Amino acid sequence: MKKLLPRLLLAPAVMSLLMWMIVPLVMTIYFSVIRYNLMQPEVTGFAGLENFEYFLTDPSFSVAVVNTLLLLGSVILITVLMGIGISLLIDDPFPGRGAVRLLLISPFFVMPTVNALLWKHMMMNPIYGVLAQVWLFFGATPVDWLTDFPLGSVIIMVSWQWLPFATLIFMTSLQSMNREQLEAARMDGATYLQQLRYLYIPHLGRSVAVVVMIEMIFLLSVFAEIFTTTGGGPGDASTNMAFLIFKQALLNFDAGVASAGALLAVVLANIAAAFLIRMVGKNLDK
Amino acid sequence: MAHRSKYPPALILRTLAAWAVTLLLFFPLGWLILTAFKTELQAISVPPLVLFTPTLDNFLEVQERSDYLLYAKNSIVTSVMSTLLGLALAVPAAYSMAFFKGKHTKDILMWMLSTKMMPAVGALVPIYVLAQQSGLLDTQLGLVIIFTLSNLPIMVWMLYSNFKEIPHEILEAARMDGATLWQEYYRVLLPLSIGGLASTGLLCLVLSWNEAFWSLNLSSAKAGTLATLIASYSSPEGLFWAKLSAASLMAIAPIVVFGWFSQKQLVQGLTFGAVK
Repeated sequence: MKKLLPRLLLAPAVMSLLMWMIVPLVMTIYFSVIRYNLMQPEVTGFAGLENFEYFLTDPSFSVAVVNTLLLLGSVILITVLMGIGISLLIDDPFPGRGAVRLLLISPFFVMPTVNALLWKHMMMNPIYGVLAQVWLFFGATPVDWLTDFPLGSVIIMVSWQWLPFATLIFMTSLQSMNREQLEAARMDGATYLQQLRYLYIPHLGRSVAVVVMIEMIFLLSVFAEIFTTTGGGPGDASTNMAFLIFKQALLNFDAGVASAGALLAVVLANIAAAFLIRMVGKNLDK
Repeated sequence: MAHRSKYPPALILRTLAAWAVTLLLFFPLGWLILTAFKTELQAISVPPLVLFTPTLDNFLEVQERSDYLLYAKNSIVTSVMSTLLGLALAVPAAYSMAFFKGKHTKDILMWMLSTKMMPAVGALVPIYVLAQQSGLLDTQLGLVIIFTLSNLPIMVWMLYSNFKEIPHEILEAARMDGATLWQEYYRVLLPLSIGGLASTGLLCLVLSWNEAFWSLNLSSAKAGTLATLIASYSSPEGLFWAKLSAASLMAIAPIVVFGWFSQKQLVQGLTFGAVK
């Protein structure tokens, strides 16, 4: 009884997650070694490793891997650095701090498709967009963001969405700093830089780990922002792994090749996850 | 003006800097709100208009043209149902792991989290095929199942880290006094963990409401959520900005306002108890 009950309680969640993982995985493995094009149902048969070969030798593949990592790395870097900066700026009370908090967190609740279209049209349009107007105001030539800096544009959109999250986590963490210690350091004439180096930054360590972990989970598979703005282009300039597999599956209708790609993506994600879990797991384990 | 002296220059500087950064970051959203109340011509005027007579026409037209209410209903049903279903699965699991810690508890937790790291797109083809063959393609039920499963690992984690903070002795005392499992949960655990439950539920609601990958790929005219409605506005190049803004505003306003009210809960929960 003592052993049975906990298992019974755990079972539904574990079983459903196991199904959620195993069933698609087995199907994906099966699809990846057969010829399976949704548009050509008459072409069937065992394909061996052809699909993998096709996906791996596709020049888009390496581009997509690099783009995935660039997107992940840049967004994490931007949000962590800016998040720390902003949270330090609003750590002490000032007039309107409550309102600032509300306004700052808002972008986090904006759905990715809205975020993407808002930036694509109203902000980044090279003629009518706000950024173009600002550029013109300063006498510069407006930038055609989505054509000239497609990946950069996606990075901006995603960072805008995730910066509030990082900021709020850091802010929450700063609230629990030992105030007496800070006071003492100030009394003893510690400069702001010294306070940063020896008090604030070490205190934020854990929350940086949390932010990196959660962002990584969500950023490995950024999709909607690319789908609604650049469509992965121009060329493959803003195609990440998620979008490349989507292109193979639902635009080229080649489920076989897409499945091969999906398996490769899972392997990549697991390599990333292994690093991360080692790093964060230690940090979260009390 | 006598109280002016209470504001030292450093504070004034800090206040100005904080507000400048905030307004800059909020600007895109503010602009979206403004544009939603413009006419199409005003929306693309050069230089951009800040002062104008607001109109509500866009909102009416969005409803007429693309049946906003249908998509809103789908969003509400799928996010609420998947949150409830997710809690029903995650609470017992987290309870079991937090209070009956076994040899493999840690491994199970890590494994759960790792399923979340696999890109959803890896499962796209099989899930699409399964949904098609079981008739769940473009249905609310299909989306509810998918949302629940994809949020489950995070929900279990959040609840687990919340339950772990509750002293075992309290539960044991209740058990000694002859409380059944349900009483133990309902009278002891629930009151103590209501904050954690709330933040987990809230986050799940927000994630499901904003979910775009599965809803874009598995739903369209019948079960489409607001995220898919907005994506359908991406094709006609520019020139419908006012309507796009109105539709967007209607899609995000409920969840943003909801988020404002629950932000403290939400952040506390999201930190997995690692940040106090």
